[in-house]
Amino acid sequence: MQKSKSKYAWIAGMMLMFVLGVWSQNSGLIEGFFYYSEDIIYLSKQHMQLSAISGGIAILIAIPLGIMLSRPRFRPIAESMMQLLNIGTTVPTLAILALSMSFLGIGSTPAIFALCIATLLPIVRNTYVGLLSVPEHLIEAANGMGMSSMQILLRVEIPNALYVMFAGIRTALTINVGTVPLAFLIGGGGLGELIFTGIDLDEMPMLLAGAIPTSLLAVSVDISVGLLAFLLVPRGVNPLRYKQ
Amino acid sequence: MIRLENLTKTFETPEGIITAADNINMTVGKGEICVLLGPSGCGKTTTLKMLNRIVPPTSGKVFIDGEDTSTLNTIDLRRNIGYVIQQIGLFPNMTIAENISVVPKLLGWDKTRYTARAEELLAMVALEPKTFMRRFPRELSGGQQQRIGVIRALAADPEVMLMDEPFGAIDPINRAVIQDEFLKMQQTLQKTILFVSHDIDEAIKMADKIAIFDEGKLIQFDSPDNLLAHPCNKFVENFVGSDRTLKRLRLAKVSEVMTPAPTPVKRDDDLQHALKIMHERDYIAVTLVDEFGRPIGTINRDLAGSKRGRCGDHFYGLRAIANVNDDLRSVASSMFSNDTTWMPCVDDDGVFRGEISQRGVTHYLGATYRRQERDNTLNRET
Repeated sequence: MQKSKSKYAWIAGMMLMFVLGVWSQNSGLIEGFFYYSEDIIYLSKQHMQLSAISGGIAILIAIPLGIMLSRPRFRPIAESMMQLLNIGTTVPTLAILALSMSFLGIGSTPAIFALCIATLLPIVRNTYVGLLSVPEHLIEAANGMGMSSMQILLRVEIPNALYVMFAGIRTALTINVGTVPLAFLIGGGGLGELIFTGIDLDEMPMLLAGAIPTSLLAVSVDISVGLLAFLLVPRGVNPLRYKQ
Repeated sequence: MIRLENLTKTFETPEGIITAADNINMTVGKGEICVLLGPSGCGKTTTLKMLNRIVPPTSGKVFIDGEDTSTLNTIDLRRNIGYVIQQIGLFPNMTIAENISVVPKLLGWDKTRYTARAEELLAMVALEPKTFMRRFPRELSGGQQQRIGVIRALAADPEVMLMDEPFGAIDPINRAVIQDEFLKMQQTLQKTILFVSHDIDEAIKMADKIAIFDEGKLIQFDSPDNLLAHPCNKFVENFVGSDRTLKRLRLAKVSEVMTPAPTPVKRDDDLQHALKIMHERDYIAVTLVDEFGRPIGTINRDLAGSKRGRCGDHFYGLRAIANVNDDLRSVASSMFSNDTTWMPCVDDDGVFRGEISQRGVTHYLGATYRRQERDNTLNRET
């Protein structure tokens, strides 16, 4: 029953793709799309650079921050700290871009800064929550065996929180890639150039030449971080690798 | 050897100072299991955790093998004490082999040494090393996990082990099996063990010494038999239960209580011979054994007096036989279920070794009270 349903859905999906393909071929969309292929390659590289730099910086800041907030000493201030970071997510990315432009000027630097801010929270929160959810008795056992705090963190806490931490990184980076097009608005470059220009000129093929690679990039980042999680999280605590 | 000297722990709470452990003094000899027993919140776990400073003591000292542990660095101290907790606490991110090797690795053993040690320990608890070394904790049953928890604590061969309700989370059947396994291991390992429990039956089974706690105070520190026979106050009496003398049955073996090797008769002996033995030795009955010395029946005075012929032709069959290694509890149970007051005792080869009677058991259990009465009388006289 369940199987046949998904089979029908699959067939319907394929039909739809086929019809879309035929339609876009007829309307010259595909031809138009490939007209921009050089731009696509160049801007995709720029797009990935922006993503990689801002995402990388965000990870480098967020993970130590999450670890620090999970230490007993900082726990009292952890929630208020988290609220502060929350602002980075609550305020629209466009507004952050505008604000960072006002003191960092235009170009890729303010774009990277703004993307960083917008990406930080999911990683910090997941690191923090992941570490806090490591059962107390594991830490007691580790203490009782004579591990130092650093050994407990590296050998017990982080490996057990890694899956949740990866989930945070995955969400954050996917959002990041999807947000990079906005960087074009402050001169940061990236595939936003095709999207926004396409909108302004009312050029459907140009718009799609920016939008489709952006979505493909986002999906591939999602998949590759997922793959990393699959490979790096120890098998004993990796829900992707054991049967329930 | 572990010695606690005025060990005290107080907590400051908004309602005032709470004393979790109040001037605890006790000495546990090398190779002994001491069970800390009491209701929850009595201070037994706090006392245990002060030994490896999971709970730092407010005052007082802990000596291990005569060495004052307050002079040691906390991390070194903990690496030299085996620690087993109720939740087992296996690290789910590590394989079984890695879990067992945690402390050896911390101590800087090389790989061949700690791998060999892990294999040896797994074999000791009858878990096939080849199968289990590379598994993860979640792939094991509760009982298997608990065994790993215990051998992990043994990995670096510490002299002292602390066990906080180690078998508390296992179902009763598996618990009994693991307790037996553990006691067997302990016979060869001879570790000095502090063991927290809230279960009086577990304590009686495992302990060489029992320390009963209540409201942070050590109430009585004694051998299990003494604790059951002479509880020092109403609290201990209630805690050990009204059937405490029945519990003592578990502490004695048949070999300690039986009448050793009374003269048996053989099949070919004449009934007159049996009667003679009974007269000479003042027995009311005599046991009949086969050519290998295994008991097959019994002959009493009436039978021997009223019949003529060989013993092998006139005897009563046996209702039950006790093994010399059985505890008195199973003997008593067997007596009740077979409606008999007397049983022959055999060794592991089935050879007749002695006799045990209900009277003998009662006499054995009462001995400690008679001794106390005699001491009291002596004290009064002097």
